[in-house]
Amino acid sequence: MSDSTAGHRPGDSDLTGSGSAAGLPPDGNASDGEAGAEETGTAPHRVIGTPPPAQARTLLGTGPAADAGGDGAVAPRELPADPPDLASAKRAERVVVACFIVAMLAGFGFIAAYLIFSVHSVTNVLHSNLALGSTMAIAFLALAVGATIWVRRLMPDVELTEQRKPLRSSPEDRAAFAQTFEEGADASQFTKRPLVRRTLIAATVPVALAPIVLLRDMGPLPGKSLDRTVWRKGLRLLNYGANTPIRPSDFSSPGGMITVVPDGYQDDFDALAKAAVIIIKFGPGQIVYGTKPYPVPGAVVPNWSVNNIVAYSKICTHVGCPAALYEQTTHHILCPCHQSTFDAARGAKVIFGPATRPLPQLPMTTDAEGYLVAQSDFTEPVGPSFWERG
Amino acid sequence: MTRTTARRRHPAAGYAVILLGLVSVGLAYSAITSGSSTSATPPSIALTAQLSQVSQGYAIFKADCSSCHGLLAQGVPGVGPSLIGVGAAAVDFQVSTGRMPSKGPANENVRKPLEISSPAQIHAVAAYIASLGGGPAIPTAAQVSMTGASAGFGQQLFVADCAQCHNFVGAGGALTYGKFAPPLTVSTPTQIYEAMLTGPEAMPVFNNTTITPQEKRDIIAYVVQTRAEPNPGGLSLGRVGPVTEGLVAFLGMLLFMVFAALWITAKHGKAHE
Repeated sequence: MSDSTAGHRPGDSDLTGSGSAAGLPPDGNASDGEAGAEETGTAPHRVIGTPPPAQARTLLGTGPAADAGGDGAVAPRELPADPPDLASAKRAERVVVACFIVAMLAGFGFIAAYLIFSVHSVTNVLHSNLALGSTMAIAFLALAVGATIWVRRLMPDVELTEQRKPLRSSPEDRAAFAQTFEEGADASQFTKRPLVRRTLIAATVPVALAPIVLLRDMGPLPGKSLDRTVWRKGLRLLNYGANTPIRPSDFSSPGGMITVVPDGYQDDFDALAKAAVIIIKFGPGQIVYGTKPYPVPGAVVPNWSVNNIVAYSKICTHVGCPAALYEQTTHHILCPCHQSTFDAARGAKVIFGPATRPLPQLPMTTDAEGYLVAQSDFTEPVGPSFWERG
Repeated sequence: MTRTTARRRHPAAGYAVILLGLVSVGLAYSAITSGSSTSATPPSIALTAQLSQVSQGYAIFKADCSSCHGLLAQGVPGVGPSLIGVGAAAVDFQVSTGRMPSKGPANENVRKPLEISSPAQIHAVAAYIASLGGGPAIPTAAQVSMTGASAGFGQQLFVADCAQCHNFVGAGGALTYGKFAPPLTVSTPTQIYEAMLTGPEAMPVFNNTTITPQEKRDIIAYVVQTRAEPNPGGLSLGRVGPVTEGLVAFLGMLLFMVFAALWITAKHGKAHE
């Protein structure tokens, strides 16, 4: 900016604080003139990047005094050219070089590992990841260590203060800008031709609205789909995995627990995300039935169970993790995510943890062939609460 | 003479003597018991052998189990449950994993070193309990053999019905009120089979009509094969999944970062004043 008056200046005189407003306006600034005179009179003419004369090798501490005097002083050197202990610096240099060489080798190692390891099996992928990850880690780490040692041992530890120029433009500049702006507005006809102006503004409206319209893709709203699952009357309960229907006589050992899925949906993971169920076999008299008719939270519905077998949704009512850690001694069903605990003998009533509703019970009966089937869908939504559930 | 005295007075000498005594007693005991068990094994008539096994089992039961379970295995209220009808498989599982004899009714029974060490003795007690009334039998070697078992299908079953407590690779996990599902890393195929069949502790029962014997073999094959999976990272971290891995990464990296920050910003030598 001040090139017009002091084109030859090395440029570092601004840092010395010689003038608080040095060189901002192109002309008519007293301090700039003073600085220019000082520079042209005494500063050695040198190329940026080359070492200054030996007498200029002074630290910052002597700078302000020399500058304040303003008489015959060379531009003071602010940074030392060499670290104080040259022998120590030599050792540090070797360490830095070693680090950089290690980083280089590790970098080549990364490329080599990428080329050498094939990734066509799980085990190979694991080994490839190990090799790629460790070589890259070594490369970055060695680079960082080398750079840090370089900074700490070779570069000077000197504090510099840079004087800031005033941020406000000069009144002349401000007036000139305002004039240019107004002339431009007039010359562009923007103010004189309102039809053009208004149609331009109208043209930007749909562009601004488009992102809002695109939010529609987040829909459609779930509607009633969260309220029900694929369970329906007569659908058999399949032992998940083997996918075989279950007779109460097969599932006969008290303390038994098994995951079941609706017949026909054993491979439909979207459906199973809500329809997964565990059935639990109790000993005689272990189930605590509710005394009131349905619906009673925290009570087993008598005519929904078969031979002391009870079916509960496997989806936790807190945030929907699979809750199936069943303890046959305590009849607790534990959800592993947040430790919600349900009492399976009492209608999966919540006895601990953040869940607020019991696990829904699936109404069960047996069909003509004696297999366990659903009487209907769950009578309440399974899984975590949601906005529309009410 | 003085050297011998000095050695005798060495601080470790007492421990060494006790260790020597324990080892010699243990060796003598195992020699006696193995002798008796081998003498009991070869039967001339099957029934006689069975009877003698039951009576031998009853002798062991009276000595080691009856204080909690009652002289006739009928159970002692508040101390030990009745063992009538639990079956040989339950006895074999509980004793062969060291869970029985228990440390007390209030304790959760965990795997510990065996107190009744010989399989023949355990089988004798199991035969005695089985003679009291039914229950699942100890599986044969063929029933737990992994030849022809499908570890892949076993994984499906394991994930559906076992992994929630025992973790995907059988590393175990926490249950309610301080109980926990044990890791399956040292369980023998027989013990896994018996556990599914009998439902020890809080574990649900998976009887043979729910999880068929063939499916049990598949599950065992998966559990056993998973142990041999490599850990290319070098450490398994217990294989309990992202929690430990995250913890190690978080704490380890945090520590590393803290030290790195300390090192980078530390004042060094004469350069600073």
